[in-house]
Amino acid sequence: MAATILHGVGATTALSSINYNNSRRSLPERKRTSLVIQCDGSLSSGLNISNNRGAKLSTNAVAQSKQENVTASTTSKPGHELLLFEALREGLEEEMERDPHVCVMGEDVGHYGGSYKVTKGLADKYGDLRVLDTPIAENSFTGMGIGAAMTGLRPIVEGMNMGFLLLAFNQISNNCGMLHYTSGGQFKIPIVIRGPGGVGRQLGAEHSQRLESYFQSIPGIQMVACSTPYNAKGLMKAAIRSDNPVILFEHVLLYNLKERIPDEEYVLSLEEAEKVRPGKHVTVLTYSRMRYHVMQAAKTLVNKGYDPEVIDIRSLKPFDLHTIGNSVKKTHRVLIVEECMRTGGIGASLTASINEHFHDYLDAPIVCLSSQDVPTPYAGVLEEWTVVQPAQIVAAVEQLCQ
Amino acid sequence: MAQLTHRASALHKSIPAVLFAARGLATASTSPITVETSLPFTGHKIDPPSRSVETSSQELLTFFRDMALMRRMEIAADSLYKAKLIRGFCHLYDGQEAVCVGMEAAINKKDCIITAYRDHCIFLGRGGTLLEAFAELMGRKSGCSKGKGGSMHFYKKEGGFYGGHGIVGAQVPLGCGLAFAQKYSKDESVTFAMYGDGAANQGQLFEALNMAALWDLPAILVCENNHYGMGTAEWRAAKSPAYYKRGDYVPGLKVDGMDVLAVKQACKFAKEHALKNGPIILEMDTYRYHGHSMSDPGSTYRTRDEISGVRQERDPIERVRKLILTHDIATEKELKDTEKEVRKEVDEAIAQAKESPMPDPSELFTNVYVKGLGTEVKLFHYIHLFLSRLLTTIVLEFLL
Repeated sequence: MAATILHGVGATTALSSINYNNSRRSLPERKRTSLVIQCDGSLSSGLNISNNRGAKLSTNAVAQSKQENVTASTTSKPGHELLLFEALREGLEEEMERDPHVCVMGEDVGHYGGSYKVTKGLADKYGDLRVLDTPIAENSFTGMGIGAAMTGLRPIVEGMNMGFLLLAFNQISNNCGMLHYTSGGQFKIPIVIRGPGGVGRQLGAEHSQRLESYFQSIPGIQMVACSTPYNAKGLMKAAIRSDNPVILFEHVLLYNLKERIPDEEYVLSLEEAEKVRPGKHVTVLTYSRMRYHVMQAAKTLVNKGYDPEVIDIRSLKPFDLHTIGNSVKKTHRVLIVEECMRTGGIGASLTASINEHFHDYLDAPIVCLSSQDVPTPYAGVLEEWTVVQPAQIVAAVEQLCQ
Repeated sequence: MAQLTHRASALHKSIPAVLFAARGLATASTSPITVETSLPFTGHKIDPPSRSVETSSQELLTFFRDMALMRRMEIAADSLYKAKLIRGFCHLYDGQEAVCVGMEAAINKKDCIITAYRDHCIFLGRGGTLLEAFAELMGRKSGCSKGKGGSMHFYKKEGGFYGGHGIVGAQVPLGCGLAFAQKYSKDESVTFAMYGDGAANQGQLFEALNMAALWDLPAILVCENNHYGMGTAEWRAAKSPAYYKRGDYVPGLKVDGMDVLAVKQACKFAKEHALKNGPIILEMDTYRYHGHSMSDPGSTYRTRDEISGVRQERDPIERVRKLILTHDIATEKELKDTEKEVRKEVDEAIAQAKESPMPDPSELFTNVYVKGLGTEVKLFHYIHLFLSRLLTTIVLEFLL
């Protein structure tokens, strides 16, 4: 039975039946120079966007050395070790210290310290108004956060579980995303909406949702997903400093990841992807928890003689097509591994995007491994098969590289 | 009395000073006149304010002019809609002018107002110009939202007007957010979150009320009860149409919304209350002459007799006209001249708006994100390339 499921999940597109050479069309060379999205603050066409960020930006967020040696300290600078939820808290606290307009609101964020301890201790330090315990009313407290943001405050709204934010969808879509546009630029909404999502350990269907697919079409918002303590802190700080509404997707199972992060202040770029492992045979695009499944599969693949390039896309909206494009031009094969549902997920959009921009560089159709289009079941063994497992990733790469 | 003078002079900002002086009404004084509201206030868990309202000749004349201007604007919008210069949804406020004019008389620009889609007159009251309003309605670049918002999305940041929202009910939690920010910055101002009798049944209102009461936010919830939620009369939509009592633990006040002085008194009272004790609900008993929007004739769910009855008995402008004439503040002719001036002003603004340019196609992609991100420019490049690619494809397909 396992083999059948592997086959069913791995062969997401009919790879064997497509003749790759015929997929090339003989249209003349199209200009691509102004297409790529550069995220280092400048555009290829020469337009200069001034970078207003005070702290230095890590424009090249390559974190391979950190990822390969998660527990051992390898670099010369000392740094300090902490867990991912502590990294989030550190970033949050630094920003609250720096700017009195930053405030937090959500259920149990204050006295309780946050259901995942991200806001622990902050209410004692900053008071009950600045770290606000809300009643269970997602629609209205998200609306309240947006209204506060319109006046210049910088609220961080926590959804205890991302799934609860479905109740606030109207506020997020119509008010958060659109007010800057419909007011002709008069109001900006510097809000951060964050919370844990994704499939956990038998939490049940309603508490295992991936909302990035629902929110991705909303114009005017940005979405990022953190996956390590290093990028969690950096993205949290960047999201708070951004004048645009940012949705920061955390994952329930990643809060206890431990890593050594720098002592000095750093802010990451919201629109950049992270190259986790350089390679030349295939580009594997992933984000959040699936990054770890991919890295586990990568170990097996390396032993089998493959050299996958792994990129953690981090920025779910907009996609970092610059980094992704450069990788595609190098490897010519793309595998997307995500935890979103198959239908209408981030992978579906990313596939369309890559096909549109880098079609001529592909030697094979893009393969996308996503979660099954089912509500997440409670039974452990069933839950395991709703998400992509390392064995499936290995099989997909092998098939892709034939 | 000093407060009244200040109030009256602040209101002048919505009238071109030249026109007002040119009328030569030397008797427009600021000495107080006391007027009794036509109906008493009804309170819920609160002692209502007195029926005696202090006003002045200057204020009454300003009320008359402002409301006549708003009435004229809405009627002109009706014609523009029928001439297909305004498209989509257009919700007119005529009949309800007393609510926004009375409110403005009691507050300042640091206080915030947020409302749903029936926002043209409130925008004007907050300092918006006729040109900005008409240009926005006609989708022109010089509109208050650069033509990108439309009738339901008027905003004026400097005037403390936060819109302008299409999805009713959603503006009330936003309003609580404004009040939260006011409390956070301790700036002694309040927020008026307005909604209608239809939206009064939205759950998020009660959520917002709970939070506002819990944290003593300076939020004043104003229910503009015009008795019809689009085509559904209030008794068919609400088990309890006593909207001012809906707050339960939050005090409420029922106000005659067609009486501009009653509205002024109530808003002044509410502001004092909100700054000290937290939220309060005001129910404005008002009426709209037009249908719900321009696509609704407004006569299928109510009789023409009812509409003309209200117009005869309770029209807000007529009420102020009677007051002015009774107190000998101006003559019949002078008031008619004011109306003529106002009509001319509106016509000029419309003519100017008609001439103003449409937004540039590149404006499609501006203001999606705040500048400095670079995404909006990338999007523009993307669409630019898409269009040129499309053209290339078409040309090639034609050639091959």
